[in-house]
Amino acid sequence: MNRPATLLDDALTLDDDEPIQKGRLILVEDCVETSGAFVLHHLIKRFLSSSDNIILFVAFSHPFSHYDRILRKMGCNLAAQRENKRLLFFDMLMLECPADLAFVFNLWMIDDGVEGGLIALYGNIYKAVEVNSSNKNITVMIDDISLLEVAANGSTKDVLNFMHYCHTLTTQFGCTIITVLHEDIYSSGDEFTFPLQMEYLADITIKTEPLITGLAADVHGQLTILDKGTIGRSGSMKGKIHNFRYKIKENNRLF
Amino acid sequence: NSTVAIITRSLHSLCSILGELKFRPKLNISTSMVLKYYSMVEIGDQKYTLLGDKLWLLLKFERVVSHGKFRLPPRLRSPDLKILGGGFHLGSLVMIMEDTEAPHHMLLLRTFMSQGLVHNQPVLYASPSKNPRAFLGTLPATLVSKDVKSIKSEAEQKDLRIAWQYKKYLEENKPPIDERDGKVEYCNDFDLRKPIEKHLIAGNRVECVSLLDCSSLAGIRDSCSKFLSQLPRYDGNITNAGRIAIQSFCAPQCEYYDKEWDMLSFIRSIKSKVRSSNAVAFLTFPASLLSTSVSKRWQHLADTLLSVKAIPDEDKELATLLTGYQDMLGLLSIHKAARFNTQVPVILDATTYSMKLQKRRSLVLECLNQAPVDGSGGSSGGCSSSSNTGALDF
Repeated sequence: MNRPATLLDDALTLDDDEPIQKGRLILVEDCVETSGAFVLHHLIKRFLSSSDNIILFVAFSHPFSHYDRILRKMGCNLAAQRENKRLLFFDMLMLECPADLAFVFNLWMIDDGVEGGLIALYGNIYKAVEVNSSNKNITVMIDDISLLEVAANGSTKDVLNFMHYCHTLTTQFGCTIITVLHEDIYSSGDEFTFPLQMEYLADITIKTEPLITGLAADVHGQLTILDKGTIGRSGSMKGKIHNFRYKIKENNRLF
Repeated sequence: NSTVAIITRSLHSLCSILGELKFRPKLNISTSMVLKYYSMVEIGDQKYTLLGDKLWLLLKFERVVSHGKFRLPPRLRSPDLKILGGGFHLGSLVMIMEDTEAPHHMLLLRTFMSQGLVHNQPVLYASPSKNPRAFLGTLPATLVSKDVKSIKSEAEQKDLRIAWQYKKYLEENKPPIDERDGKVEYCNDFDLRKPIEKHLIAGNRVECVSLLDCSSLAGIRDSCSKFLSQLPRYDGNITNAGRIAIQSFCAPQCEYYDKEWDMLSFIRSIKSKVRSSNAVAFLTFPASLLSTSVSKRWQHLADTLLSVKAIPDEDKELATLLTGYQDMLGLLSIHKAARFNTQVPVILDATTYSMKLQKRRSLVLECLNQAPVDGSGGSSGGCSSSSNTGALDF
């Protein structure tokens, strides 16, 4: 398979030999003007292109058919992957803690309120990761956590706890977590702690924003990638920042 | 940021126009406009130039009127300009940010509802008033004696067809729906001075819900669920599309007004339900009454996001920049256009329109040309009157 020489892949140091970032948490930040969903689609395709990878997708914002259509145009058949158990899709569109969670996961006993709901969700993610991680690389994708906050009735504390728990999966099972956050929601005051906390947890932050001059037909926005770096051989940390413009097409992104 | 496209036949006229513009304090010209002029190509005896990603025919530029009004030759408008790309997608949530100083969003809401009623589509209407049914009497009737088949109606059907083709891919064995399209014509012209025919709003044709009754949003939630359950997505019948119209959802007189997360939860749930139904939901809200972060959350939830703004009366500066200023009611801006089953964002030719009443009867939307220049250098695009009601295409 040809290596697509996209700047995004290079910036994330993805290549054919290691198409996945093991054990890392990637945060995609976007805003109303420029949606970061295309980054997620690109990564889905990238990861599913190798048979060693499994994706667990927790969807709060779009139904399965939406992703299926988009990935199909990019040359990836999500329905088939779901049949082969390489894609596990949790449809959380109608979820509202706590009652619905019990229904979705066939739990007959539920703890109090939101916390219980999120614990149950984490439990299911944990089980799925545990079962699948023995021989394959598993990636958990959450689209998106701003909507998870709405589902949790605004309980940011519980959502943060949930994310911390998910983060432990990266060390315990070497799984990768990728999530999307709408940065422009948290512009002021105490609300800003949420993205700050997420950025702290994340190893790589990918931010999409419009150009200062506004939207244009040939450049859809700019991407900034902050890679906190891995511990090098000598034990030193090397961080990297990349910035480039992009245009989104049906089956590709042009960087 | 707004755009003005200036096409001239000679560099000399271009420079003189730019010279005039420099005297406008707010405008900030980028020299890229001048550079673009040079990429010109001659085909036969016509000259074309590339602006953005469109090929424009260079016509003789009409002389700039002395106090700075620009008027572009009508033919320069791209002939297939479609506001919002041709209509509202079935299954989408359209949100309109109101201007608390002016009720222009009501014009859009009324047209949305009237169109549904005229085409026998079920309508659910919710508003923060004690008697929402009284509002129905203010819905406009169709504009008679015009040719109802506008160019837009074809575009509208095409849009619905596109939405249905996705369904085709999912189902794999549905018959093509072309034979249906020819029969469905969407009426886009409404006479705002005439009330809608009584029989269309009689009885229970329109389901009305008062938001004042809902202390916990459970009532409106149930009404919407029941309404949408009668319009499942794979019904196969376009004329059975339904419309939900919710007016001023976060109005302060509603009891749930301070329950931000409950409101968000409602919007999220209606978005998912509408997504899997044959319906379009239209929700207006006074964005300035919400906190910035909550407003942003609402904006993220919208599939299509519009805003209306009042135009101040007697603003001399605006009067010099916009032709037809006296007739303008307000400005309609498009912030987001729905994109289902695709990741490519919709970049529209123009994102700001002026709302005018033509002969005090019909709502006319005219494009204000947009470009990377500060300020609102606008001109009324020469849209023909039938295509002006573009944004009201459903």
